[in-house]
Amino acid sequence: MHKQYETVIGLEVHVELATKTKIFCGCSTEFGGAPNTHTCPVCTGMPGSLPVLNRKVVEYAIAVGLATNCNITQYCKFDRKNYFYPDNPQNYQISQLYLPICRNGHVDIETESGKKSVRIHEIHMEEDAGKMIHDEWEDCSLVDYNRSGVPLIEIVSEPDMRSAEEVIAYLEKLRMLIQYLGASDCKLNEGSMRADVNLSVREVGAKEYGTRTEMKNLNSFRSITHAIKAERERQIELLEAGQTVVQETRRWDENREESYTMRSKEDAQDYRYFPDPDLVPIYISDEWIEEIRKSQPEFREAKMVRYKEEFDIPEYDIGIITDSKHMADLFEETTAICKQPKKVSNWLMGETLRLLKEKSMDAEDIVFSPEHLAKLIGLVDAKAITGTVAKEVFEIMFEKDIDPESYVEEKGLKTVNDEGTLRKTIEEVIVDNPKSVEDYHNGKEKAIGFLVGQTMKAMKGQADVGLVNQILKELL
Amino acid sequence: MDILSYTAVGLAKAIREGKTTATEAMQAVLDKIEEVEESIHAYVTIDKEKAIKKAEEVQKKIESGELTGALAGVPIAIKDNLCTEDMLTTCSSKMLENFVPTFSAEAIRNLEKAGAVIIGKTNMDEFAMGSTTETSYFGVTRNPWNTEHVPGGSSGGSAAAVAASECFFALGSDTGGSIRQPAAYCGVVGMKPTYGTVSRYGLVAYGSSLDQIGPLTKDVTDCATVMEVLASHDEKDSTSIKREDTDFTSALVADVKGMRIGIPSDYFREGLNPEIKDAVLATAKVLEEKGAIVEEFNLSLVEYAIPTYYTIASAEASSNLERFDGIKYGYRTPEYEGLHNMYKKTRSEGFGEEVKRRIMLGAFVLSAGYYDAYYLKALRVKSMICKAFDKAFEKYDIILGPVAPTTAPKLGASLADPMKMYLADIYTISVNLAGLPGISVPCGMDSKGLPIGVQMIANSFEEKKLFRAAYTYEKTKRMSKSVKCAE
Repeated sequence: MHKQYETVIGLEVHVELATKTKIFCGCSTEFGGAPNTHTCPVCTGMPGSLPVLNRKVVEYAIAVGLATNCNITQYCKFDRKNYFYPDNPQNYQISQLYLPICRNGHVDIETESGKKSVRIHEIHMEEDAGKMIHDEWEDCSLVDYNRSGVPLIEIVSEPDMRSAEEVIAYLEKLRMLIQYLGASDCKLNEGSMRADVNLSVREVGAKEYGTRTEMKNLNSFRSITHAIKAERERQIELLEAGQTVVQETRRWDENREESYTMRSKEDAQDYRYFPDPDLVPIYISDEWIEEIRKSQPEFREAKMVRYKEEFDIPEYDIGIITDSKHMADLFEETTAICKQPKKVSNWLMGETLRLLKEKSMDAEDIVFSPEHLAKLIGLVDAKAITGTVAKEVFEIMFEKDIDPESYVEEKGLKTVNDEGTLRKTIEEVIVDNPKSVEDYHNGKEKAIGFLVGQTMKAMKGQADVGLVNQILKELL
Repeated sequence: MDILSYTAVGLAKAIREGKTTATEAMQAVLDKIEEVEESIHAYVTIDKEKAIKKAEEVQKKIESGELTGALAGVPIAIKDNLCTEDMLTTCSSKMLENFVPTFSAEAIRNLEKAGAVIIGKTNMDEFAMGSTTETSYFGVTRNPWNTEHVPGGSSGGSAAAVAASECFFALGSDTGGSIRQPAAYCGVVGMKPTYGTVSRYGLVAYGSSLDQIGPLTKDVTDCATVMEVLASHDEKDSTSIKREDTDFTSALVADVKGMRIGIPSDYFREGLNPEIKDAVLATAKVLEEKGAIVEEFNLSLVEYAIPTYYTIASAEASSNLERFDGIKYGYRTPEYEGLHNMYKKTRSEGFGEEVKRRIMLGAFVLSAGYYDAYYLKALRVKSMICKAFDKAFEKYDIILGPVAPTTAPKLGASLADPMKMYLADIYTISVNLAGLPGISVPCGMDSKGLPIGVQMIANSFEEKKLFRAAYTYEKTKRMSKSVKCAE
């Protein structure tokens, strides 16, 4: 007979900050780029080079700390974490151990099992490492230091989560807050957000935590969910078989849907942390914190309330639109220009979501500007283009952010409402479709619909339908 | 007048006045190097062609009026732990035997902007770890006053080069006395400025919180003049300080009336060579006669400085030297199996004994379970030492004492007993721990004909007091500045 087990989960979430330059030098943080082109003596650990802290990193870290209800450590320091690996050019990582910038916070989440608060133990700042590439062909390893020195924050939660649903809700909440702050794009698949899952199981009602494992290489919510389920089962099986769980770091293999041991606690390195003497302590004044607090954006909850009061759009739409800061910004900015919230929302909820899904993109990846969406809505309102044409133009706009007005002009997509042209086309349609004309005259009212369709087809959808109807009736 | 007998400031003046040229001065130095280098071995790298070419360029700029500074055209030597663009920077280690930096240290850029011309790089204790320049991978440097003796260290090559007229002044670095002690052993002037005064950007780090770059010169005027050029706020070094008071030459006034000088009696106890004691006290007497108020006092905590220093410096060094791993630059063992073995062999073969000893010591004091007992405790003692100095500077303008307990030891006498070598740093290291400025000035000779140095220490940012006292002493009792090398 199975005992009842409870899963206990804590998370370590790494987030790459959206600064233009690296944490300790002026090199670009841009993703991609030929290997070792975004590098300098500092981020490649050349002898004699020294780090200088990027102020923006501290600001983002404080902003995330405030958004997650943390205490800001007003006197904080960087420490060196010493370990040898080729992607770590100095063989120490500059991180924070003794005095992390944020402590004792919490975020509130909601799942089907209800509302709950997940406590945050700390948030600290650190530098990312480079990337090792193993060349199987040449049997050698190469290092690309472009990512070396990209700023990270690590958000460490308390072991407060009890299910994969809560973990996902927590991560979605963090992602939303951080995206709203503009501190990171938080993409799991590109590695700008990475989550390590610390998991243990215990019998329901037990006071003590079980032995935990740490799971790495989780690149999507899907892997996280799968990994949590698999690890819970693996640990329960061990316990049921009278064995013990070993404290270790495991690596998740999403293809095989199983994990394997990376290193056990016995192999754990002594990182010999100590304060980095090359960096001076950071003093964070009350004024600085206040300044950052004041410039915090309106977060989702507040936005949802305001949208409901301000715009006449369905609650469901509000939920989707505010799910992404970028989408919400688009909505607000477009509405500010064209004053038609309902129509803007329709474009976002309809065509935009359809195309995002089709191209499996995130809302954060939308490129078209509010100005252009407003113009498109304007063109339809003015009957300058038909609905069909508008959708075609939108697809192009979605892809390349073209200006719909000049595009319509260039491609000659404007709705034709010149009577002469229409009359000429309709006359031809009547001549070409004697059967339908006859049907119409025989009282089949529906036949006119076919003739309208034929006319529209001949006009490539760019004719004013009302006018076509009117002229047809007249000529028949 | 023999070009080589000019001081740096004197030479620059002679060049400006057309009495000689930068090229002639460089040629004279290169000839001197040719003559004595075999017995001294002050340098590890000399680029004659480049030095002459650069001297010619500088000469043109002086003639065109583009360069007018007090150091324009002066040939200089650089300690080999300061990065020089396109010139080998080895730290006197096998590990960096082939290392050519892509940039020059900020201190060197400042000197080059002022028109100083680099002759080459000077020998040192490997990675600045040592007090005799005997731990160099490239062999020992000999003391120009007596080639049976060491020049001191770790900036021994720089001190010897100045003493033997193989350059007009040199740059060194001082983590625990590495400028002041060789300056004393070689009879030249050496200064460690207040921490943060000279940018550390481009200095290959040993103990980052203690390292400072400074000059070794023929006299006090040169020292103040070079310091004026070296001192600068550098945004590339977070520990660099913005200072407005770096017009050091304005303090070159032969007058110490009313200056309060403290003599720490705890610096004069057992272990100090009596000849040095006499010479140092005689220096105090000279200043007293010039109007200074001299008083003995108890500094306290002196015996804790050495363990504190070796804990902190080794801890930082163990981390700073991790980057030398055979991956990116420098030495890599020719044969290895896998990454871990490559690291192990590279570092075992690339580093010398003293460097390995300090890396192990540093790794130990930082390791889990020992951090609090050693590293944290050392930091606490460090702040107590700072407080002891603060207290002293409430009463005194400067503290005056010996630089080292002995004059330059014989070659080979120190390495056999590292503890004894570490103890020789007793008077200099607390100055680094407290981040204070200190100057070493020649003050006599011992019975063997080896130079003795006196050390003066001031509160942070008060280098001017040191220059004033040192200049007054030098003007009153001028020492011979350099020697003809032993044949």
